[in-house]
Amino acid sequence: MSITLEAFTQYAPRSSRKLLDNIALTVEDRAFVALVGPSGAGKTTLLRAIAGLSSHSEGTLLIDGLPIHDRPVQDRGIGFVFQNYALFRHMTVARNIAFGLDVLPRARRPDRAAIQRRVTELLDLIQLPHLAKAYPDQLSGGQRQRVALARALATGPRLLLLDEPFGALDPLVRRDIRRWLRDLHDRMNLTTILVTHDHEEAMDVADTLVVMQEGRIVQAAEASTLNAAPQTPFVMEFLGETLKFQGTVRSGQFVPDNPDIAPFPFEGPDGNATAFIRPHDVFLLPGAGQASVEKRPHFSNGLFRYQIVTAEAAFEMITPTDLSPQEMQNVRVDISRGKIFYPAAASEDPPKPA
Amino acid sequence: MKPLTVTGLRYFPRRRQTLPGFSLSLGLTLLWTGLLVVLPLTALLLRPWQHGIGPMLHALHDARMYAALRVSFICAFLAVLIDLPIGLLLAWTLVRYRPPGHRAVDALIDLPFAIPTAVTGIALATLYGPGGWIGAPAGKLGLKLAFSPAGIVIALTFIGLPFIVRSVEPVLRSFPKDVEEAAFLLGASGWQRFCRILLPALAPPLLSGAGLAFARGIGEYGSVIFIAGNQPFHSEVTPLLIVMRLQEFNYDGATSIALILLVTALLCLVAVSHLRRSVSSGLVREDSA
Repeated sequence: MSITLEAFTQYAPRSSRKLLDNIALTVEDRAFVALVGPSGAGKTTLLRAIAGLSSHSEGTLLIDGLPIHDRPVQDRGIGFVFQNYALFRHMTVARNIAFGLDVLPRARRPDRAAIQRRVTELLDLIQLPHLAKAYPDQLSGGQRQRVALARALATGPRLLLLDEPFGALDPLVRRDIRRWLRDLHDRMNLTTILVTHDHEEAMDVADTLVVMQEGRIVQAAEASTLNAAPQTPFVMEFLGETLKFQGTVRSGQFVPDNPDIAPFPFEGPDGNATAFIRPHDVFLLPGAGQASVEKRPHFSNGLFRYQIVTAEAAFEMITPTDLSPQEMQNVRVDISRGKIFYPAAASEDPPKPA
Repeated sequence: MKPLTVTGLRYFPRRRQTLPGFSLSLGLTLLWTGLLVVLPLTALLLRPWQHGIGPMLHALHDARMYAALRVSFICAFLAVLIDLPIGLLLAWTLVRYRPPGHRAVDALIDLPFAIPTAVTGIALATLYGPGGWIGAPAGKLGLKLAFSPAGIVIALTFIGLPFIVRSVEPVLRSFPKDVEEAAFLLGASGWQRFCRILLPALAPPLLSGAGLAFARGIGEYGSVIFIAGNQPFHSEVTPLLIVMRLQEFNYDGATSIALILLVTALLCLVAVSHLRRSVSSGLVREDSA
């Protein structure tokens, strides 16, 4: 199911404050998209708008080429999983899952046995066949999560919208459900949009990441593109640990203000600029400078963390090599794999990777 | 843990309470419940049998008493039936729509609690009486509202309404919005959402409100007697009959009626709490239900 938003703006109720500002987004059929961004960026608002849950909006929102409100809810084929699951507490798990079928008009409602079969099928799918008669309050967070998903899937939607679906789960369960969800997406030919504030989770599960900030889409791209060519410093900083170095661009070179950091060639207009770099892209040039390195306590995944102390600042880097004492003295820092951004006024310019 | 032995006494270290003053508060609670609740009730249970079984049996063979009980129970029940939809609607309007002036309405709802019941009674009798603003036109239509069981129902409806509104309102207010949205997105119509999602969640508070209103209705005296007409066998409520028996110095009769009222009120409470539990499956954890 494809979704098209053009110049979509949504206002806060009874005010002219914009919750979503001029959103343009296309989600292809069978895509897996993650909306990421800090809290308050408008991710959930956008997801609810796509579900047809919001008012006070202007612009275009087309689902499969049709405005959302042109189709009755039952024909939209949208499944929504709420952040707090929103299960019906007075109904058993089985009745919760069957709800979407139970409320169909008589003419279209499957008979009792067919509904029962569908519920059993979904209970097997979410691997909770023994909990059909339990009430939501008797389930753990992960189980509720899966029941909410089964309930959303019961009517056979083609678009699945998930609002922070893993928020309340512990890391192990999170990873399991994430994999399971991706598998489900591929198997059932779904189009899935997921809201999360965790960029690693988004990169792990989604094809495309839509980075949002203050009601706007900053950049929408695949994870690799976001890593290789972040459009703004915000995207860069949001997607992982980032080091910042002030400096100047001068005649084809970026010259950091800190003398212990080596200048490197960079094509761009002259002026003040900042280099952004991931700690694992930092290299050391032993014997070329005055900085010293201290080893930090062991860092996981077989990587080592070092504190680099320069005359002006101290920061951490990550490297897979265990440095020898000679390599830790009188070093100069190589940040030539970093990205250069000009100050805010010029930040709208297209990115210029180093 | 091995108990410490202190000069022959086995000394168990006292288990620490989370909050201080447990024994003091428990003692006070028991004392007050005992003095204010258990003692009078026990007296009421024992008093009718003071002169033996005979006078009690005699008092229980009173057709007028049974008529009064019937009037009280039927009227209270009807009043609660009327209060339930109105109360739900009022709470709904106050919580969901917040119409202009909802704060004033909100304050007005508690008024039946606040004004003396006799004042209520006089006001209602004036309004619904043969010459009243509502009583006169109704009389022309052939409806006799005051001085009939209909009048009792009107008074009890007035008295019982706040119980329903006040018990439903907080539950409705705290009802999660996303649950209704979930039902909407699953294709439930407005009516289906109300009947299948909201009403089951509101059933327990509706029932407790109804139970309270019913109990109050059975015992209501002041607001009823002015509008009821108080004809024996027709529109005489039980509490009035107790007062009349007392005025006749017929203490056996009065206390036997009181005993019956007490027992039936207890039974009603038990029935309501039983019903409440059966409609709150899933809403309350089993260990706390």
